[in-house]
Amino acid sequence: MPVNKKINELHEKRRKVLLGGGEQAIEKQKALGKRTARERIMSLLDENSFNEYDLFVEHDARDFDMDKKSLPSDGVIIGSGTIYKAPVAVFAQDFTVAGGSLGLMHSRKITKIMDYALKMRIPLIGINDSGGARIQEGVNSLAGYGEIFFRNTISSGVIPQISVILGPCAGGAVYSPALTDFVFVVDNISKMFITGPEVIKTVLGEEISMEDLGGARVHSEVTGNAHFFAMTEEECFDQIKKLITFIPWNNGQKARMFEPCEPKPEYNINKIVPEDPSLPYDVKDVIRAIADDSDFFEIMELYAKNIVIGFGRMGGRTAGFVANQPLEMAGVLDVNSSDKAARFIRYCDAFNIPLITLVDLPGYMPGVDQEHAGVIRHGAKLLYAYSEATVPKLTVILRKAYGGGYIAMSSRHLRADFVFAWPSAEIAVMGPEGAANIIFRKEIMSSDDPDSMRKQKVEEYKIKFANPYVAASRGYVDAVIEPSETRKFLLHSIEVSENKIITLPQKKHGLPPF
Amino acid sequence: MNDNDELGYLKIGPGIYKTRISKNFLTRKTYQPADPRIILSFIPGTVLDIMVKPGQLVFKGDDLMILDAMKMKNRLKCNMDGKVKNISVRKGDKVSKGTVMIELE
Repeated sequence: MPVNKKINELHEKRRKVLLGGGEQAIEKQKALGKRTARERIMSLLDENSFNEYDLFVEHDARDFDMDKKSLPSDGVIIGSGTIYKAPVAVFAQDFTVAGGSLGLMHSRKITKIMDYALKMRIPLIGINDSGGARIQEGVNSLAGYGEIFFRNTISSGVIPQISVILGPCAGGAVYSPALTDFVFVVDNISKMFITGPEVIKTVLGEEISMEDLGGARVHSEVTGNAHFFAMTEEECFDQIKKLITFIPWNNGQKARMFEPCEPKPEYNINKIVPEDPSLPYDVKDVIRAIADDSDFFEIMELYAKNIVIGFGRMGGRTAGFVANQPLEMAGVLDVNSSDKAARFIRYCDAFNIPLITLVDLPGYMPGVDQEHAGVIRHGAKLLYAYSEATVPKLTVILRKAYGGGYIAMSSRHLRADFVFAWPSAEIAVMGPEGAANIIFRKEIMSSDDPDSMRKQKVEEYKIKFANPYVAASRGYVDAVIEPSETRKFLLHSIEVSENKIITLPQKKHGLPPF
Repeated sequence: MNDNDELGYLKIGPGIYKTRISKNFLTRKTYQPADPRIILSFIPGTVLDIMVKPGQLVFKGDDLMILDAMKMKNRLKCNMDGKVKNISVRKGDKVSKGTVMIELE
């Protein structure tokens, strides 16, 4: 029958293209611990949910004998599907086809799915595995990258954009992930750099391995380019799926509601924070003692560990947590931790996710290296991000809140909607030792026993000022609460803030201290 | 918390805190004021030419050498009046960033 013949023809055409770069190239890919592009999409999306588009697209390059070469699907797979029933648009570069190199049609497929994601207001997930520009296609490759970067920027803050680095991503190509919201990397598989080790060696004479230059660990621990680190592709996909459950489809919506669930009893909030403000504890335990099901999904776990950021749920609603981490560098604010937190705050604000800030910090980090690294402008990012954010902002001061750090960490003065403080809170212009040394300088110096006088004055200061009640007497703190009351107060605050409306002055855009 | 062994003490202002100390902090460079007598490579590259000799008198603004880097022939100028004390690179040498190339006195 003629109809069957046509269908068979389609099957035959599909079969050829679905082989990608052929069996040999696929074997090579597997030997590196990597899956093929289509396998990756299948394991990321809900079963049978993937609709592929542009399967039969071919390049039309003519120079350098390219007209004699066929590159199936032009080395990239695009389409849409669902993750836990949430729609997502996806592209995945196919390294088995010409090393996943980006030519004109390859880039047009990517920009097509990007346009579609933006128009439909659904998240975009890009899986990067590419040797870079297809040199034979010259400036058309560069045009392709530029078109992608432009769309990344225009879509930023409108739809969630997720980049997954599952192979090399080098040269200009790295700027697309850098413009997206979240970058996922896998140990030994992900490689990102502007110039590779060979160029660095020939041009500059510096020798370094690919892994040390731009491997998954480096980008998770040192550069801060990556947000999620996984040991295997499988673990990486689980992380992406989990992230999708916490975020809305676009900036006009809220994240999906889940069944509310109490925290696990093993996180006893009364026993986590030591009374002595110089002793450390893991602030993630406090988050787990507050959040639904004690589930905290941390972002940038390995970078600037002195601040902790991530998602949890409160009464079924997604919340973004920002918390100083006394366990790492005493929880100080510095260049990297300010940068890390500020970007996350802006993410939550863009996507209607309420912010919960847990405060316990000695202040900004002193030192020549910090000053020269620009702690002023990087630190200012945090003030900017909190001030600008119009989502519900809830703050709990657990212990230390001194000086500039107090102001920066979602204080009333930056328009926090609710500020709560535990009885252990010390809200003051600086730590008691420093303050007493300045205020009581004369008394201390003129005393017969300056040391015991200093101690006495520090104690006096502590009792009078290192507490939450001075701030509470001015209304800067709305309520002094017991640790065990924290969840109740936060749940209610989030609920009453559900329809919060704030109008800011009209402007084209602000000028955050980038 | 059970990794007590990794904890150290960090002094911030008058306060001392028990906490983990980051690698970044431990390996941070201590501040060294710039010394106009020492000519360092400000960029990794190749020494293309050296215009001075040891013992030669030099004046502020004089060309000392050309460092080829990033497709650019960078002219390194003298920042003080003085005498060339030592030249520790030769024409054609590849130098990494921060290498001492010429010392003046």
